[in-house]
Amino acid sequence: MPVLSVTGLSKRYGSVEAVRDVTFAVEPREIVGLLGPNGAGKTTTINMVLGVLEPSVGSVVIEGADLATHRAQALARTNFAAVYSSLPGNLTVYQNLRVFGLIYAVRNLRARIEESLSEFDLLRFRDVKCGVLSSGEQTRVALAKAMLNRPHLLLLDEPTASLDPSMAKDIRKRIRAFADNGGSGVLWTSHNMYEVEEVCDRVLFISKGRILLEGDPRKLPGENGAKTLEELFIALARESLAPEPT
Amino acid sequence: MNPQRTFAIALRQYYLIRGSFARFLPTFTWVAIDMILWGFMSRYLDRLAGPSAGVHFVPLLLGAVLLWDFLVRVAHGVTVSFLEDLWARNFLNFFATPLTVSDYLGGLIITAVATSAIGLAVMLALATTIFGLPFFSFGLLALPYLFILFFSGITLGILGAALVLRLGPASEWFIWMIPACVAPFSAVYYPMASMPAWMRAVGYAVPPSYVFEGMRASLARGTVAPGPLAAGMALVAAYTALAWWCFQRTYRHALRTGRIARYSAESVA
Repeated sequence: MPVLSVTGLSKRYGSVEAVRDVTFAVEPREIVGLLGPNGAGKTTTINMVLGVLEPSVGSVVIEGADLATHRAQALARTNFAAVYSSLPGNLTVYQNLRVFGLIYAVRNLRARIEESLSEFDLLRFRDVKCGVLSSGEQTRVALAKAMLNRPHLLLLDEPTASLDPSMAKDIRKRIRAFADNGGSGVLWTSHNMYEVEEVCDRVLFISKGRILLEGDPRKLPGENGAKTLEELFIALARESLAPEPT
Repeated sequence: MNPQRTFAIALRQYYLIRGSFARFLPTFTWVAIDMILWGFMSRYLDRLAGPSAGVHFVPLLLGAVLLWDFLVRVAHGVTVSFLEDLWARNFLNFFATPLTVSDYLGGLIITAVATSAIGLAVMLALATTIFGLPFFSFGLLALPYLFILFFSGITLGILGAALVLRLGPASEWFIWMIPACVAPFSAVYYPMASMPAWMRAVGYAVPPSYVFEGMRASLARGTVAPGPLAAGMALVAAYTALAWWCFQRTYRHALRTGRIARYSAESVA
């Protein structure tokens, strides 16, 4: 059973259709990259999967639980980290992890927090308020929160955007291991094509709210006449930015 | 409502208040200032009226200020906790979890119970020891009074939070204004009989008016009719349920328009 099944998902704001009839699934141990130019509908899709934006049409099912009808059950198995959503800066790292650990009903919470602090090299920041941490450190706290409940579905919106290359590589390795060993599915957005090729099993190219291409990031460029994934991304983005024929 | 998730929301507020003198101080400063200000005012009016007037301003005026301040502290206990999440841009973090609206509001209410209890204790300490307010002479009657005022505060707090969620961050100032708008109809400082007919009609629909009318009747005659008090309790229970429903509706609207996901953008809708 897929950890995430998205079927016929659309979101309309008045006359603007931000997401149009998007259908995809994420399997256990699979990392799926959601790629596309700015404003393509990636974050709108992620927000609908997170339950903070109601779809106009379509369904989101997380491990068999329909988000529309079994919201708490579906979201208990999910977690996320996004570059635009840092944890409250007025609580310490430990306090934030405790509050979210309670919300997600994490078992043996104290031990799990210590484990997460150690895993993300945050032990020395345990009692430091998140607001005074560097953006890279805040990203690590957000990732520690995102994995605190060992989610079966992990949503990551540009998770390595504020990390230095060494830390970003380390985080990619951890997320890969998290998917492989924990059996979780990951939906990942990024503008770093090198990262996508290294981490993702499959990518979905989304533009103007629709999925244009889908496949293995290592094979897709060759199949579509491009040398690299970045070249393919640029070609698709430019094509999608061109005005639609009237 | 899930007790653990509700506790998590209250715990966040506890961490905030415990870790910040600037947050802890207002839980009792304003009410303490009010007690001192209105305590001396009441004493002065007592002296002006003289013993022959048969009017005692300390229970009449200071008692009313104390009870009204309690309601305001409860309302602000809910809304300030809500604003903390607004200021920290925390809605996305919270509402992308299994947290439900009931869990969230439950946490805000627990916070309001704690902060308003501190305020009430400070007010009672000052008003009874310095100015001799005979608050405890109300006996068990104080319980329905506090019940009505507490749930009136909860209702106003939830409505204020719903308003800010619906209209966006710039509407934050509404929160401070809402209790003041209700005060003229609540018969806090003057009896219902002194109001014009249209204000009286509104006043009968405002639960705190039953408390202040009851308090004056108790001071004047030593007895209170249980009927109006029960009506006040029933009314406030209905309003609290209505406010809860209103917040739920506003939350659903925010999910549809994307306001939860991008709360800082006011024009999302």
